[in-house]
Amino acid sequence: MDLFLDFFSLQDPNIRYVLAGTILLGISSGALGCFAILRRRALVGDAVAHAILPGVCLAFIVAGGKDPLMLVLGAFVFGLLSMVTMDFISRNSRIAPDASIGMVLSVFFGLGVVLLTVIQSSGYIDQSGLDDFLFGQAAAMVGYDVKVFGGLSLLIIIVVIIGYKEFKLVSFDIPFARSIGYPVKRMEFLLALLMVMTITAGIQAVGVVLMASMLIIPAAAARYWTDSLRVMLVIAAGVGALSGITGSFISYTAPAMPTGPWMVVSAALIFLLSFLLAPGRGEIAAFIEKKRLSWKIVCENVVKTLYTMEEEDGKTDRVRPFNELRKRRHITSSRLKKVIHTLQKKGWVSSYAGNPESYLLTMEGRKEAKRLVRVHRLWEQYLNLHLQIAEDHVHDDAESMEHLITAEIESQLRQSLGSPALDPHKSKIPYDTKEDSDSSEDSDSFKNSTSGKRSIPGDKSNAIDDSNSPDDSNPTDNSGSSDTGKGGKRL
Amino acid sequence: MTPYTKQKPFPIEVHDLTVAYDKKPVLWDIDFELPESMITAIVGPNGAGKSTLIKSMMGLIPSSSGYTLIYGKPLDKQRRSIAYVPQRESVDWNFPISVTDVVLMGRYPHLRLFQRPSRADRELAMKALKEVGMEDFAKRQISQLSGGQQQRVFLARALAQDASIYLMDEPFAGVDAATEKVIFEKLQELRSLNKTVVVVHHDLQSVPDNFDWVMLLNLRLVAFGPVATAFTDENLQHTYGGRLNILSQMVEQSRRQRFVRETE
Repeated sequence: MDLFLDFFSLQDPNIRYVLAGTILLGISSGALGCFAILRRRALVGDAVAHAILPGVCLAFIVAGGKDPLMLVLGAFVFGLLSMVTMDFISRNSRIAPDASIGMVLSVFFGLGVVLLTVIQSSGYIDQSGLDDFLFGQAAAMVGYDVKVFGGLSLLIIIVVIIGYKEFKLVSFDIPFARSIGYPVKRMEFLLALLMVMTITAGIQAVGVVLMASMLIIPAAAARYWTDSLRVMLVIAAGVGALSGITGSFISYTAPAMPTGPWMVVSAALIFLLSFLLAPGRGEIAAFIEKKRLSWKIVCENVVKTLYTMEEEDGKTDRVRPFNELRKRRHITSSRLKKVIHTLQKKGWVSSYAGNPESYLLTMEGRKEAKRLVRVHRLWEQYLNLHLQIAEDHVHDDAESMEHLITAEIESQLRQSLGSPALDPHKSKIPYDTKEDSDSSEDSDSFKNSTSGKRSIPGDKSNAIDDSNSPDDSNPTDNSGSSDTGKGGKRL
Repeated sequence: MTPYTKQKPFPIEVHDLTVAYDKKPVLWDIDFELPESMITAIVGPNGAGKSTLIKSMMGLIPSSSGYTLIYGKPLDKQRRSIAYVPQRESVDWNFPISVTDVVLMGRYPHLRLFQRPSRADRELAMKALKEVGMEDFAKRQISQLSGGQQQRVFLARALAQDASIYLMDEPFAGVDAATEKVIFEKLQELRSLNKTVVVVHHDLQSVPDNFDWVMLLNLRLVAFGPVATAFTDENLQHTYGGRLNILSQMVEQSRRQRFVRETE
């Protein structure tokens, strides 16, 4: 805890430097990473990051030790060189881009490791800090380093802000950009240049081996939270900055520990959280949505079964026993109980007070069931007529489609089929009739007059009598699964 | 000055245009002059080079020979007067961008590099969206659109460009009936504003009712002229019939032979 306070009180000027450097780095790599992944250049970034190692080593040799400006220059030159090489290989040979990326990555990195060994065995050059460039050591940054690397990051951030509109266009629609005469080639080159700069800026704090992940992971995490490029850039920058802070904190508290892996791990943790928790797109949200949908399908199927039973005997006021429903739907009693409960809460199903184990559709429920049966049969008809699928093959598909067909698609189906009377199995397709659309009034008056009073199942004359009786003194009360709307269809 | 009266330049002139991919010719010696204020359909079988033609006219793919003039001038001097609608599949519709942002791109030719769109540009973009009946979708992310809606967004972007010539690559591919109607209406409207429209099209049936001129294309220009004279059974036969089989076979043959020589 003391360490924590020590660190974040920012008393030590070097901590301030290091923190500023890593935050700037996080912001620039996060923001630029968005363009990298949207343009599908993530792997290129990884190759470039590895390929700058020989440049770093040569800078050591030339400068006779660690000199940030020389480092930047060496890294930059080799970063560009690797990009040009990848481009050249995939342009002038039959080798696919992924293979050329792999080749450049390993060959350049191998060369870097060779140079690294040469320096380490030479003994002439001041090697202190050379190892840090593999996996990063943020705490090793001193004021001058921060000025160089941080300045580079700052430059990248400024260029991204200025060129936002152009980078967006080039990332989204190159043919259009070229058609309006945009300098697409130059824009792409500038983006490539910025990527090399970002990677260069990260060699001290993150190291060449893991730098690509600072481009990729924050951007990938950000994509989970938004559909706007602008917001995505900001979130990715934030994730990058947060990882930068974590990295420098670790580097400060455990100096023997390389920083890069910690920055990457903290970015990856944020990614994991995004992956699980992000609203709409996250896995948990997707799981809940899936559950919700499958529950909806189970419920809709029960309603539909009730309707089919009505269709079979033509009696809309007869209650259907629990066990019969269970047998027809092939589901367990406990599940069916939950379904019925849901349906009663929705007001789609009710039962008579004296017979709580049997159910019938309410007005609302019947309307919904009718809709399901209708879209089911319309879909069958559509498959049969327009796709020439035999009538004994259309049912299964319709069985799943009925839960997905929206009102818009339904009206399109009806338009294209001309509201047919029968489906391919010669079953009648139920359309909403006048009485259905007027039903809300009916069911209201019905509710007012009969709620909680009637307990004789299946007695319709009674129902009608009741609904006609001017007994409006009873307040609307549907508690205890009354017969809401039961007689509506008859009225 | 020539003794002849100086004619107004054609919206588009294409001369001796030949395009080849990997030495395999996909367009042979195309030569035509497009009339003003007409809706022209480019039709032909799959692989006939319809998209290639308008792409090379827009300078998006290099041509082996030939050139294109826009109102008598090279394309680079006339970019603002020509709007290009790429095929819908050419972009990633999961890109994190809103409908308004896409349409706003139609204003980019009127902005300097790095200059941000103004309020007036936004209003023009919104107006273009309204014209294609998509104003309710302005804030939506583009992945939430249906195919027809995507196409309308592309059309709105072209309208926002406020150009004189519109080149559209398969705007009717995979769109719903409502969108088809909207697009045809827009084409008529553009013509009434004296704009010139060229559409790569694959539905032969709708050509006579909706287009003024037609270009029948199959690796070479088979026929080009007003629908009444050019859209004949004979020309269609030439375009879609067996004769081109030999041509494409030869193209295939030449490619294969070259390949054999390379590997030997």
